[in-house]
Amino acid sequence: MNALFDNLWVQNALVLAGVAVWVALLIHGSRSERWRRAWLRLRKDRVGMISGGVIALYLGVGALESFQIPQPTGPSLSVLGWMTRGVPREKSYSAPLARTSLSVVKPEPLKGRHLLGTDALGNDTLVQTLRACRTALAIGGITSLIYIPLGTLLGILAGYYRRWVDDVIQYVYSTLASIPSILLLVSILMALGKGLGTMSIALGVTSWVGLCRLIRGETMRQSERPYVAAARALGQSHWKIVLHHLLPNVLHLVVINFVLGFSGLVLTEAILSYLGVGTPVGTPSWGSMIDGARSEFSREPLVWWNLTAATGALFGLVLSLNLFGDALRRAFDPKKA
Amino acid sequence: MFNYLIRRLLYAIPILLGVMLISFVLSFVVQSPESRARMQLGQRATPKSVEAWLHQRGLDKPRFLNTAKDAPLLDSQFFNHLGKLVTFELGVSDVSGRDLKEVFREGALPSLLITLPAFFVGLALAVSLALYQVFVRHSLADSLGSILAVALMSVPAMVYIIFGQAVIALAFNYFPAFGFDLSGWGTAKFILLPVALMAVMGLGGDVRLFRAIFLEEIAQDYVRTAQAKGVSNARLLFVHVLKNGMIALITLIVAQLPLLVMGSLLVENFFGIPGLGNTLVLAIRQGDHATVFASVYLGAILYLAGLILTDICYALVDPRIRLS
Repeated sequence: MNALFDNLWVQNALVLAGVAVWVALLIHGSRSERWRRAWLRLRKDRVGMISGGVIALYLGVGALESFQIPQPTGPSLSVLGWMTRGVPREKSYSAPLARTSLSVVKPEPLKGRHLLGTDALGNDTLVQTLRACRTALAIGGITSLIYIPLGTLLGILAGYYRRWVDDVIQYVYSTLASIPSILLLVSILMALGKGLGTMSIALGVTSWVGLCRLIRGETMRQSERPYVAAARALGQSHWKIVLHHLLPNVLHLVVINFVLGFSGLVLTEAILSYLGVGTPVGTPSWGSMIDGARSEFSREPLVWWNLTAATGALFGLVLSLNLFGDALRRAFDPKKA
Repeated sequence: MFNYLIRRLLYAIPILLGVMLISFVLSFVVQSPESRARMQLGQRATPKSVEAWLHQRGLDKPRFLNTAKDAPLLDSQFFNHLGKLVTFELGVSDVSGRDLKEVFREGALPSLLITLPAFFVGLALAVSLALYQVFVRHSLADSLGSILAVALMSVPAMVYIIFGQAVIALAFNYFPAFGFDLSGWGTAKFILLPVALMAVMGLGGDVRLFRAIFLEEIAQDYVRTAQAKGVSNARLLFVHVLKNGMIALITLIVAQLPLLVMGSLLVENFFGIPGLGNTLVLAIRQGDHATVFASVYLGAILYLAGLILTDICYALVDPRIRLS
C-alpha cells in the first residue's frame, strides 16, 4: 500500500481530486446566500485576506514541487528542482552565505553561495525547505480527503437518524477518542509501516472524531428547524433531506474545521518525524529538519540555520492557517466573534 | 447520585472492550506471532523452538473463538489477552523483558513531577491572561493578545524545547540541560526548566479557549443584573464571572488530570527524565510493540477515569444532574 501512496503521481492525482472537491464546493457555495455574505465579510477582513494570500503562496510552492519534468538524461526533475538546478551541492554543512564549508579543522572552499546555508549532506537549506512544503501540504491534503467525508457524513447521519445509528457512531468515536491520539497514531503507523500514505490514513483515523462530534451537534440543532419539517412534510426522502438540506447548512463548519485542522496535521507530522515514525528517509520534511537540529545544536560551531528555516516555514503556514480559519469563522458567524 | 455514577461506570466498559479489540487487532497486524517469536529467539530459532515459544505464551491458540472439539469456546488468544488486561497483567517488554507494570509504576513519579506543576502553573497563567483579555475586551491589547496566542499555538513543541535547552540551559548555564535525580531539593533544578517550557507550550491554546468561555459567561443575564445593581467592573469579572466560568473550567481540568501520569513524550525525552513519556519514546524508536500497546490500554483507562471524574464534578456543582 505504501508503494502505491508513495508514487508521486498517485499523490498528485489525490491532490488534484482534493482541489476539484474544493472548486466544486466553492461553485456550490457561490450560489448560497450565506456563503456570498461570508465572502463579502471576508474580503473586508484584512488579517483574513493576508493569511489567505500566504496560504496560496505555500500552495503555489507545493504545486511547483509536485509536477515532474522528464529529463533527457537521468531521473525526472520537479518544476522546483528544475528552477533550482543551478544550485550546487556541497559536501557538508556550511553557514549562510559562507565561502568555506563549516569545519574547524580544514574548511574547504564552496562551489557557490547559499542564502540559508547547507545541511549535513550539503543540500541547500532554502531549497530543502521549499521542497518540504509539498510534503506538509500532501499529508494535510490527503488526510483531509479521508477524514472530511467520513466525519461529515457520519456526523450528519448520527444527528439526523439519532437512536441506534447515533449510538453506534458515538460508540465508535468515543472508543477512538479514549486512546491518546499520539499513541493511536504510533500504533497504526507501526502496524501499517512508515510512509506518506499510511501517515495520512493514520491521521485520518484520529482526525474525524472532532469533526463528527461538531457536525452531529449542529445537525441535531438544524433538524429541529422548520425547513427540515417542511421537507419531510413534502414527502422528500431521508437521503434528499440529508444531502440537499442538512449538508449545505453544516458545510461552512466543515470548511472552518478543515482550515483549522490542517494546521494541527502539519504540527503532528513534525512530532511523528521526531518519534521516528514520520516521513520516510529521503522525503524532505520540516519535521525531520527540526528533528535533525537536536544533534546540530550541540555541535561547535552551532548549526542553527536548518532549524530556523524549517521552523520559520512551518510557523508561517500554521499561523496563516490558524488566522485564516478564525477569519472564516468570523465571516460565517459574525455574531459570535 | 449513586445510580448516576453506576450508569457512567457501566458506560465505560464497552468502550474499554473496544480499545482492547483495537489494540489486539493492531498488534497482530504489526507482527504475526510467528515473526515475533523468530525475532525474540534470534539465531537459535528452529521450527521447534518457535512452536514452543508460541505454545508457552498461548499464541498457538485460535485468534477469536476456539472451535476445537473439547476446548472451551473462549479459550482463544483474544479472550485470554482480554482476561489478562482486566486483571492488569500487562505482559513484558519486547526489548528489555521487564514486567511492564513495574516499568509503568517506576515512570509515573518522574512524569508527575514534571506534568503536575506544569499543568497548574500553565493553568494559573492562562486563566489570568484570559481574564485580563476579557477585562480589556475589544481593545488593542485584547486583539494583540489574541494574535499572540495564535502565534504561540503555531510553534511546534520541539522548537520550544530545543530553543529553551539551547538558549537558557546551555548558553546561560542556568539549569542543567539534561538529567534527573530524585534527591529532594536536588530534583528541583532538573525539573524547573522542563516545567516552565511545558507550561508555556500549552499557553496559547488555553488562553484562547478560556477567553471564549469567559466571554460567553459575560453575555449571561446575571452579569447584566449585577451591572444594574452597581457592581464594579473588576468585582463583576473577578468574582461573578470567574466563579461561574470556573464550572466550565473545572470539568475541563479534571478530565485531563489522570492523563498527566503518562507524562510528556517530547519534554521528558529531550531532558532525559526517566518518566513514562521517555519510556514510550524509546519503545517507539526501538519498535517495542508490547510496551506501546500496553500504554494504549493504560492511556484509555486514564482517559475514561478522567471522564468519570468529570461527571462526578458536574454532579457536585450542578444539582440538576445529581437528581435526574
